[in-house]
Amino acid sequence: MRLFRRLLPHPILTLLLTLTWVLLTSTWTLNSLVFGFLLGLLIPFLTQPYWPQQMRLKNPLMIIEYILIVLYDIVVANLVVARIVVFKPNAKRQPAWVAVPLDLLTPEAITVLAGTITMTPGTVSADVSAEGHALLVHCLDAPDPNAVRDEIKQRYERRLKEIFE
Amino acid sequence: MFFEYLIAGFLVMAGLFGFVGSFGLLKLNDPMSRLHAPTKATTLGVGGVLLASMLHGVVVEGHLSLHELMITLFLFLTAPVTALFIAKVHIHRHETKTSLPKAGEDGIWATHNVTETKEAPAEDQQQG
Repeated sequence: MRLFRRLLPHPILTLLLTLTWVLLTSTWTLNSLVFGFLLGLLIPFLTQPYWPQQMRLKNPLMIIEYILIVLYDIVVANLVVARIVVFKPNAKRQPAWVAVPLDLLTPEAITVLAGTITMTPGTVSADVSAEGHALLVHCLDAPDPNAVRDEIKQRYERRLKEIFE
Repeated sequence: MFFEYLIAGFLVMAGLFGFVGSFGLLKLNDPMSRLHAPTKATTLGVGGVLLASMLHGVVVEGHLSLHELMITLFLFLTAPVTALFIAKVHIHRHETKTSLPKAGEDGIWATHNVTETKEAPAEDQQQG
């Protein structure tokens, strides 16, 4: 079991890398599958020092729900932000920094949350606090910064907590 | 015919959002707000082109291409990292510990949590 952990530090990453390679080559042959699997063995093994602890997924099925919600939010937020950029004068726009206290503990979950915040237009995650207990988020136009903080916590962080922890 | 209109519609939508993203770079008046514009271009702008490309592959060329999904994946992995780097540079150069909101229970943001390399050698010299 320990040998298995040494050779395969991140089984999920191995699976993802194999799938990525097969999709990249776009040919469903044994050749690409085997080479993808070799990459999937080699890359997690070589990058193990930078990612020491094992990732756990408690609720993998909820990832699908999460992706759908984020995609929907991206479309809606794009329209909102496009309207702000084109029609709202700079003087009336209220950019704001928001500190989001985190309930998430694992680095993987915090990374996904920060990435989600950046990809949904209107908010960019700019920094994490020294010990990783808060995220610094910049809002393009936030008359009420507390509402932004609550939405991030309610909509994304709650679901990520169910997926990862 | 219907699908050609749909593909064209996706391309026009992508062009519009790409334009709004570039326009935002010109119009917005502070560096952090300007950072919001590129994140828009990479989501709906590029997303529209990729949807059109996938649809064109299926309807016109008759085979399903999954490369577009990979491009989406790579964009979603890399765009937040670039944005974070630019934001960190901005925090280093233009923000002070008091101009940002309080960093929760930790008290300081990671970018500010560095030992000042310029002042450290001077202190050593005084002691020596």
